[in-house]
Amino acid sequence: MAALTDLTLAQARDGLAAGEFTSVELTEAHIAATEAVRDLNCYILETPEAAREMAQAADDRRVRGEGGSLNGLPIAIKDLFCTTGVQATAGSHILEGFVPPYESTVTRQLWDAGAVMLGKTNLDEFAMGSSNMTSYFGPVMNPWQRAGDAAAKLVPGGSSGGSAAIVAARGALASTGTDTGGSIRQPGSFCGIVGMKPTYGRCSRWGIIAFASSLDQAGPLTRTVEDAAIMLGVMAGHDPKDSTSVNVPVPDYEAALGTGVKGLRIGVPKECRLEGTPAEIEALWQQGIEWLKAAGAEIVDISLPHTKYALPAYYIVAPAEASSNLARYDGVRYGLRVDGDSPQEMYENTRGEGFGAEVKRRVLIGTYVLSAGYYDAYYLQAQKVRTRIGQDFHEAWEKVDAILTPTTPSAAFAQGEKMDDPIAMYLNDVLTVPASMAGLPAISVPAGLSGDGLPLGLHVIGRPFDESTVFKVGHAIEEAANFTATPQLMAGGR
Amino acid sequence: MSDLLKGRTGEWEMVIGLEVHAQVIADAKLFSGAATAFGAEPNEQVSFVDAGMPGMLPVLNEACVEQVVRTGLALNAEINLQSIFARKNYFYPDMPQGYQISQYEEPIVGEGEIVIDLPDGETRTIGIERLHMEQDAGKSVHDRHPSKTYIDLNRSGVTLMEIVSKPDMRSAEQAAAYVTKLRAILRYIGSCDGNMQEGSLRADANVSVRRRGEALGTRCEIKNLNSIRFMRQAIDYEAARQIEIIEDGGEIEQETRLFDSGRGETRSMRSKEDAHDYRYFPDPDLLPLRLEQGYVDALKASLPELPEAKKQRFMEAFGLSAYDASVLVAERETADYFETVAEGRDSKLAANWVMSELFGSLNKAELSLSESPVSAPSLGGLIDLIADGTISGRIAKDVFADMFETGKPAADIVEEKGLKQVSDSGALEAAVAEVMGANPDRVADYRGGNQKLIGWFMGQIMKASGGKANPQMVNQLLREKLDAGD
Repeated sequence: MAALTDLTLAQARDGLAAGEFTSVELTEAHIAATEAVRDLNCYILETPEAAREMAQAADDRRVRGEGGSLNGLPIAIKDLFCTTGVQATAGSHILEGFVPPYESTVTRQLWDAGAVMLGKTNLDEFAMGSSNMTSYFGPVMNPWQRAGDAAAKLVPGGSSGGSAAIVAARGALASTGTDTGGSIRQPGSFCGIVGMKPTYGRCSRWGIIAFASSLDQAGPLTRTVEDAAIMLGVMAGHDPKDSTSVNVPVPDYEAALGTGVKGLRIGVPKECRLEGTPAEIEALWQQGIEWLKAAGAEIVDISLPHTKYALPAYYIVAPAEASSNLARYDGVRYGLRVDGDSPQEMYENTRGEGFGAEVKRRVLIGTYVLSAGYYDAYYLQAQKVRTRIGQDFHEAWEKVDAILTPTTPSAAFAQGEKMDDPIAMYLNDVLTVPASMAGLPAISVPAGLSGDGLPLGLHVIGRPFDESTVFKVGHAIEEAANFTATPQLMAGGR
Repeated sequence: MSDLLKGRTGEWEMVIGLEVHAQVIADAKLFSGAATAFGAEPNEQVSFVDAGMPGMLPVLNEACVEQVVRTGLALNAEINLQSIFARKNYFYPDMPQGYQISQYEEPIVGEGEIVIDLPDGETRTIGIERLHMEQDAGKSVHDRHPSKTYIDLNRSGVTLMEIVSKPDMRSAEQAAAYVTKLRAILRYIGSCDGNMQEGSLRADANVSVRRRGEALGTRCEIKNLNSIRFMRQAIDYEAARQIEIIEDGGEIEQETRLFDSGRGETRSMRSKEDAHDYRYFPDPDLLPLRLEQGYVDALKASLPELPEAKKQRFMEAFGLSAYDASVLVAERETADYFETVAEGRDSKLAANWVMSELFGSLNKAELSLSESPVSAPSLGGLIDLIADGTISGRIAKDVFADMFETGKPAADIVEEKGLKQVSDSGALEAAVAEVMGANPDRVADYRGGNQKLIGWFMGQIMKASGGKANPQMVNQLLREKLDAGD
């Protein structure tokens, strides 16, 4: 039998159901795996004791014939989700030691379904980053290495870097992430796993520490499309506590997988053929087109003319909202406080010490674009662009059922690279941001390796609330790609 | 125009616009389920949302929206079927989110108007520019510790309406009448308790001056006026200050000022340069608020009779003067009381009794109408005794004083104390004859042309009867007997 940590979420679920092993055994295996890959710095806080208790409780439920769809399955939680009695930091010094007395809706639903929490994963500070380099708790190392270059430590992507790396390294069966401009999909792609961002409004944002409210969405990171479908089925659902959560039924995503892509129309947007994209990424994209064609899908060339404005508009809207969302971290009620002689001075000391450079940069940008005299030229203009981007997709949906692009313009880069060039760093999101701006569901599926032996993902975007089709297309790519490569640094070894 | 102010160099006109903040009566806060009652222990009524905890989200409370829409309708204002919540960003220790959720470019209520009542019985229509809803902040408590500030978040997140007038007022008196009328309307429909001491109603006044016919002058905003008296003082002081500066050759600088009620003057709080840039933008946590026309229509149909309509009705139905009617309708409770008293009775008599005897006694005893020992039906009973001649108006005043003291019905007091008016003509004739017989000199004096003496005779008879003699009958009898000349 394969190691318990090599199982997919679905296999582990079925194994538990068949009585092949217990949740306690499964969880212990993952706790051991977590220790084995601790150098990757995937977790800000490991919670092995809580995990053991939850696993025991899951086994007890199973004995009684009870337990939800994730009963006994150990998973990791991005440290942006508030978890009752367990520290939630958002990767920031300003929230170090903050223990929320409430549980986010998404994690509540996961625990209600019986899932077991292994710990809180590392992330870019307040989810602002594409490398996990901005975390106050140190960078996360990608478990993948460039072929023949074990010395270069690679980034796992971000902001859900810890969540992606721990799943890739077999330290957890699945994890939660959040995606604002690509924060699930890009690290999924960099770490060779599946990352799914559902439609804006599909998962409740209640209890998730806000970065940019109109863009933030929770979603799963898993090793298979099927696992992502299982996870999302539990995470999704209307929540009256989140006014932007949408009350539409959550379909059986798992059931949609097997139905194939025959007859589906897949759009290939010409605007995503970016200048300077490495040939191997172009080639992978073409390969994806061929796979889908071979599976019976119809390929349609489409145009999303405002794509090139998506990234600049995103880097106005997201910082604007962030500058306001992060105003509550003032040292008055919780988290870090650095005293001063006046409230003003206390704010300055607290926020000056509590926030890292990237967060400060975005708060400054956001404050600037909302300022009197600049609002119309930046924020308002960006919102207009956002509307246009939405219209582009809306028109595309008349011709196609899903859209295929690469996930990222490059494979994982090394720690320290692009750190002095924020624009180069922001370009990581160029292919993922359009779907974020339009609030659309999108998935990254590992589809091949770069010349350096690093994973590359393909990206499927779907209609609002049509995650089923996104999963279906992602599944077809997964089957065709037969991606079996594993990272160098993983529990139990390659 | 009487509202013009005299300066050294000529006459000046004040221009006043008011922003009134009114706390909405509702069981829960605007965006959280926390309670809102006044007087709870500090920080007892605070949800995670109100405390600005990480990851918390606002959810609009429909009951608050209903109150705000009703208020808009009561101000004859346009209700915007779509409105947008915006964040007003600034740091303050008692404002936990670091922003206040308010409305900016698309408020829920647009233009409306209020008819104000001036002391001379005149009215004036003041335009409403807009009304929007927003969250209140918490409270900073500075006097509990020498160097620390305590924060009470009970008020944090409570619904406020900001009601912005047009710059249509021309005197402190008009501003006072505006707040009085606005307060009456809010209390009529129950959307705000209007309690200025507790801070449920507070006003910011924008004041400028100009020579008649000139363009608007530069305004100063006086913040947080928490009584009508202070508001009048502040406006008068501020206008005089501005006139003096201009007449001395200076210029008014746009700024925010505070009223020091101890010194009776306004002083600078911050200049325009130091004004906050609030960086308003639509709150991404909240969807645009959309209302159905049918919902608005239903609320409109359910509004009670408002002060202005009631005043008109009182003037027409009861023949009251504009002034009396406006006093009686100022509070719904008073109007209801008056209507009960006036129903089926002499309305002018009823108005007099309510406004002079009742109000006077309540004032003296420092009681509110709801605490009055004399109920409306009870006062009506007293008036009935006057009307049917059982007691005289004079005696009625004594009876009223007794009623106020003991809470007993008028009829019982009259009975117990034997105050029934003597209207028996035989007895009265005897009394008249007795007084005339005892005072032949005065009778002669009267008949010699000193007709004023009839008052003296009246007094003697009333005194002898212990006030119970029917004054009309005595008056008539005296004239008959004295004028008869025998």
